[in-house]
Amino acid sequence: MMFSAYQRRKCADLLVRMACVAASLIALVPLVSVLYYVTARGIGGLNLDFFTELPKPVGEPGGGMANAIWGTLKLVLLACLIGIPPGVMAGVYLAEFGHSRFGKLVRFSADVMAGVPSITVGIFIYSLVVLQTKRFSALAGGIALAVLMLPTVTRTTEELLRLVPESLREAALGLGLPKWRATLRVMLRTAAPGIATGVMLAVARVAGETAPLLFTAFNNRFWGSGLTEPTASLPVNIYTYAVSPYEEWHRQAWAAALVLLVLVLLLNISARLLVRPRVGGR
Amino acid sequence: MTVQSPSRTRSNMNNSSRNDGSSAEETSKSRWDPPVSALVPKMKTVDLHAYFGPAEVLKGISLPIADKQVTAVIGPSGCGKSTFVRCLNRMHEVVPGARAAGRVLLDEQDIYHSDVDSVRVRRRVGMVFQKPNPFPTMSIRDNVLAGLRLNGERPDDPDSVVEKMLRRVALWDEVKDVLGRAGTGLSSGQQQRLCIARSLALEPEVLLMDEPCSALDPIATARVEELIHELRRSYTIVIVTHNMQQAARVANFTAFFYLGTLIEHDRTDVIFTRPKEQRTEDYITGRFG
Repeated sequence: MMFSAYQRRKCADLLVRMACVAASLIALVPLVSVLYYVTARGIGGLNLDFFTELPKPVGEPGGGMANAIWGTLKLVLLACLIGIPPGVMAGVYLAEFGHSRFGKLVRFSADVMAGVPSITVGIFIYSLVVLQTKRFSALAGGIALAVLMLPTVTRTTEELLRLVPESLREAALGLGLPKWRATLRVMLRTAAPGIATGVMLAVARVAGETAPLLFTAFNNRFWGSGLTEPTASLPVNIYTYAVSPYEEWHRQAWAAALVLLVLVLLLNISARLLVRPRVGGR
Repeated sequence: MTVQSPSRTRSNMNNSSRNDGSSAEETSKSRWDPPVSALVPKMKTVDLHAYFGPAEVLKGISLPIADKQVTAVIGPSGCGKSTFVRCLNRMHEVVPGARAAGRVLLDEQDIYHSDVDSVRVRRRVGMVFQKPNPFPTMSIRDNVLAGLRLNGERPDDPDSVVEKMLRRVALWDEVKDVLGRAGTGLSSGQQQRLCIARSLALEPEVLLMDEPCSALDPIATARVEELIHELRRSYTIVIVTHNMQQAARVANFTAFFYLGTLIEHDRTDVIFTRPKEQRTEDYITGRFG
């Protein structure tokens, strides 16, 4: 009677719970250590110049990555402008008419595309845009990132629209709304916070992409003006600086990594604030 | 037409007649119910058939809907009563694979005619659903205005529209201080009245209610039923219910559906006290269904 069924069950419960906690901690180790390491190594390289100055030639101390920070923002913005509208619209199409044969084809293509390595997308845009226009450009980089975002945006939009209760569509149609209005103003609006989160995940992912930028946006030691010039970006700079033999550059690569991390975080937070439900709760 | 003896069927109707041998119309003691033969139709279905894919769920329904009266549609589950009301504002065809055939007249005009825009029909024939479905992204106020705003209309004085509609559904006093809160934060009974207000804001001529109380508790149900009593002065109402007492309480006319056919349509007191059809009597006395 010392070890009743009840005690055994309590014991098993405790063990399983501890195993879950341990697993969660293990999963947190790489996350926290990356955050810690990047912060610890990067913070030293940060100063005002880093955000306002262009890179200095090798050997000269100081200088910054203002052009790369701006370049990354430019590329991400371009990717959003090019990638999000068709992605969301394709998602709406799949949610509304996805049972047609064409819908299934679109969904299958999106799933396949989500698994395409980013460097493949880079080389595709290289041959499609860079070789045609005969120059590396911010535009080519933006297109490459947009292509990478597209499947995630499409599938997230579709999934989240499907989660909106059908009763809301009926309510909207019952009020005499045409189908397109019911979809856009009620279904899409209701799913918007979730879609924005999914889109931000896609943005965060492409903001850190390096491979497709290497031969589309290329790099630039100076301010690239306009969309048709090559542009610097933080990920490509991190790569270039990290593999260089100069101590000063290594320091700046860490600083750039930290800035990129914070940038992605800020993008995330601002998107969440933007689509916060406007009506209060109870 | 044979008139059944009234003594065999008793329901909870309070004004049932005990007179033998005279027709239902002549023995009416009701103050407000005209005889079924003299009803003024607002809508009329003529040989209405409805299908889900290959399955025929309505098999030729011809039924007049009395103007400014409440018509209840009763019948066991799966008899097509919900499908029937959804055909009255062309919501049936929204479901993939669903279609309807036959005619549905609204003020003598066939709403299934190819010239008629289903969207315009739904603005004249409003609908309240089984489960309260206020828009979760909108406040109480915006829910009331949703039908107008989403249709691109800007009411001159939105505040007065909100107050008028919420008063009409007897919700104003409960929510007047919290109009900015989410409509989904209300109790389900309040939500259902909010949904009714949302439909009424478009000033429909007919209001379809598809089991509007089945998700509500008895007190909320009583509020909605009171509301129906109020609303029938200005609107033509069709209510689907699986609760026979409810039909008896709120409806002037009752139609009994069974397996996709209309078995009987008459004044409510007649249906519940002297039904002409054996199947109607079996259903309302609880022998099946």
